[in-house]
Amino acid sequence: MHIIDRRLDPGGKSLANRQRFIRRAKALVKQAVRETSGARKIREIDGGGAVTIPADGVSEPSFHAGRNGGMRDYVLPGNKKFVSGDRIDRPKQGSGSGSEGSADGEGEDSFRFVLSRDEFLDLFLEDLELPNLAKRKVMGEAAEKRQPAGFRTSGPPSSLSVGRTMRRSLSRRIALKRPNRQALEAMHEELAALEEEAGKDKARINELKAEIERQERRSRVVPFIDPVDLRYRRIEVTPEPIAKAAMFCLMDVSASMDEHMKDLAKRFFSLLYLFLTRRYRQVEIVFIRHTHEAKEVDEETFFHSRESGGTVISSALIEMARIAKERFPADQWNIYAAQASDGDNLSSDNARTVALLRETILPMSQYYAYLQVGRGDYDRDDGVFARQETTLWRAYRELVRPELPMAMRKVNDRRDIYPVFRELFEKRDEMAEAN
Amino acid sequence: MVARDVMAKPRKRQDAAAPLFTGRDWDFGLVSRIYEAIEEVADQELGLDIYPNQIEVITSEQMLDAYASTGMPMFYKHWSFGKQFVRNETLYRKGWQGLAYEIVINSSPCIVYIMEENSATMQTLVLAHAAFGHNHFFKNNYCFQQWTDATSILDYLSFAKKYVAACEDRYGQEKVEQVLDAAHALMSHGVHRYPGKHTPDLKSEQRRLEERQAFAEQHFSDLWRTLPKAKKGAKRNPDEDRRRQMLGLPEENILYFLEKNAPLLAPWQRELLRIVRQIAQYFYPQRQTKVMNEGCATFTHYRLMTRLHEQGKLTDGAYLEFLHSHTSVVFQPEYDDPRYSGMNPYALGFAMMEDIERIALRPTPEDEAFFPDFAGCGDAYGVLKDAWANYRDESFILQFLSPNIIRKHKLFRLIDDSEEDEILVASIHDERGYRDVRKSLSRQFDVGRQDPDIQVADVDLAGDRKLILHHNIVDGITLDSADAAKVLHHLANLWGYDVKLLEIENGETIAAHDGSPSRAFR
Repeated sequence: MHIIDRRLDPGGKSLANRQRFIRRAKALVKQAVRETSGARKIREIDGGGAVTIPADGVSEPSFHAGRNGGMRDYVLPGNKKFVSGDRIDRPKQGSGSGSEGSADGEGEDSFRFVLSRDEFLDLFLEDLELPNLAKRKVMGEAAEKRQPAGFRTSGPPSSLSVGRTMRRSLSRRIALKRPNRQALEAMHEELAALEEEAGKDKARINELKAEIERQERRSRVVPFIDPVDLRYRRIEVTPEPIAKAAMFCLMDVSASMDEHMKDLAKRFFSLLYLFLTRRYRQVEIVFIRHTHEAKEVDEETFFHSRESGGTVISSALIEMARIAKERFPADQWNIYAAQASDGDNLSSDNARTVALLRETILPMSQYYAYLQVGRGDYDRDDGVFARQETTLWRAYRELVRPELPMAMRKVNDRRDIYPVFRELFEKRDEMAEAN
Repeated sequence: MVARDVMAKPRKRQDAAAPLFTGRDWDFGLVSRIYEAIEEVADQELGLDIYPNQIEVITSEQMLDAYASTGMPMFYKHWSFGKQFVRNETLYRKGWQGLAYEIVINSSPCIVYIMEENSATMQTLVLAHAAFGHNHFFKNNYCFQQWTDATSILDYLSFAKKYVAACEDRYGQEKVEQVLDAAHALMSHGVHRYPGKHTPDLKSEQRRLEERQAFAEQHFSDLWRTLPKAKKGAKRNPDEDRRRQMLGLPEENILYFLEKNAPLLAPWQRELLRIVRQIAQYFYPQRQTKVMNEGCATFTHYRLMTRLHEQGKLTDGAYLEFLHSHTSVVFQPEYDDPRYSGMNPYALGFAMMEDIERIALRPTPEDEAFFPDFAGCGDAYGVLKDAWANYRDESFILQFLSPNIIRKHKLFRLIDDSEEDEILVASIHDERGYRDVRKSLSRQFDVGRQDPDIQVADVDLAGDRKLILHHNIVDGITLDSADAAKVLHHLANLWGYDVKLLEIENGETIAAHDGSPSRAFR
């Protein structure tokens, strides 16, 4: 008999199978993630969670008896009142005495399990059809900066600092009076010269021999490089950049915005939030909703309550400028703003909006994204009566310049959301190059 | 004070020894001492014959892992195990399902997994149950002896795992998964139910494969490709019987048939089918002997624990802890209890084995009439060991279920005929019903009846190569058609051409299912 302690064996033996299962059920899990993320708050999008998928999507079929028909015969325990020959009513379908049914049928209705944070995020981002590179950026895998931070006494050989090590070795050798090679060689030469003169100065020869032996022993005892000399470069990993960001979500909540549009807007805001949390240590979100007047609200109200009224976008921009001035001064905060609207603005307000953007909002913002959300099938049938572009869109389009930190997009479907971000990334990369 | 006096009163113990342990904590030394104490009793009093044991201590996390791969220490990778894993993990984390205290593997040495969370008493129970009860059963029962090779199963699993991984590297995960999915769907029809002329030799699997590949590599000649194909012998018209005989039809092991005869499969795909089939075959005896296997283990642990307590090696507290666990294991809810979910194999097996002991030692006149062979013979363990060795659930119940047990569990037999409006109570636990109930219960545990009887009947080799299967209907119970269609689809993919399944009752075709290959493996 042997007893083996397996407790310290590497765990996660089922991880590969688990990943395969999730890959297998991907379409279903994705659907579930979509529903779950829809129900979540923007701040909570970043985390794992339980999802439920229908079981028949991942069923494993086998030949087995059907539930109906035929003559079934079974033995049950616990008879209390029956005698042979009794006839009893059939219990209602699905309940009761079907021992066969419960043994084989494995009542699988739906399948609930927990996704880890990474799995959840991966699927969430995949649903938005993010390219891998961008996904990595959002996932924050590359958001670290390695900086030299002095030296240390241990480390991998690859980070050995030769200069430092040699400098310490030299000073130690000097301090401990280790003879250098030249001095030894000189003594050897002197000894050889004296010996050639054949015993003229016996005392000097002996003295020299003793000295050479002493010095050679010293050079053996005092090593050229001692472990105490070793110095390694120290590298610190810092999240980059360490800064604060404020994210303004502006949304038109007038009656013309339907649930689909709000869902698109929410996804966009979620993605922006994820992106910002990867780049900045502290991210504040401000929700401003507007009709003909704007108000700062909490997330619940932002997405779920309805207001009636006209649409005056400049009201939201004024509110944003006010809040930014009060709470998020531009020299301490990176300001990001995302505006979602269906594009119907009070036409007399457009000029004012553009002016506000150009003069107040854009100068203080890192990035301003305008998202014009549509009804899903919006631009698909550009038939005879192609829908006219909205006045706001036209006004913004005239404003947009390559040098301005602004992007605008029409979004009808979830998959349209990502390109807005691509522009954002491109822009940042260009800026990085310019620097 | 009174209570304590009663507890402290010395009992009649033959050789009162010091208790093995007093608290719930254990260490490796204690597990060894417990094992030795159990071994002494098992060896000298019960005369158990076991494989050497290998006891492995694992965490609950690892237990969940083990669950996912049907308890085996290693298994090839497949998404269905991942599904199993997330299901168990969720149930466990939610607290809806506890974990088993142990898992035992039919191998030599017999691997027993024990959980680190178990108390010292539970470790004693687990060792008695798994390392002695199950172990003895695995080693001696004829089903296991006939169909499994305990010494080489771990090697085979390791081979299977490596082989599947190698195939994935070579042909891609998706292609391997397709074959495994299809093979898993047919797993219940991938076992030999009767010994044929060849016995499975698990040990030489790897060698065979290597030899086969080496041979193919050595004799590879591109010239063969250029030979003109032989003309199809359209004129030869072998009679039907001969063709069926050549194909070995009818064949109920569908996976075996496909492995040998499917026209389009590549050699590695056949090997995958073989792996799934071998593993199905390895587990087949366990399905046939649930009641006996658990009954044997439960009876053994009950005897061993009781003896240890009598010897003074278990404290009263530990013994009570054991009894608490034991009684919940052998609890059989009645049919109208919400907890009822079929016959509990632990309860039935344990009750029957205790009853066999009673009949052998203290029979009633009724027992003498029912069991003239061994009633009152006095050698209870001899009778039990014979039963453990030579029966499976179905035959064991048919042979040994006593009127006493039928009365104790108040068993009754129902007949649910879909053509009648009501369910008939055919027989109950009375004089007239005993044999009837016993026969019916034994049939209920017959794996051959649980799995539908499906056989490969014929192949239209000269025509469109359609594969024809027959389901021989028993008692008018047809297949679940939705699932059958899915399985046939998998089957058609493996076969490469259309398949047809006919459900036949008394020579008449009741229903037919068709399957066509969507992405045949080529």
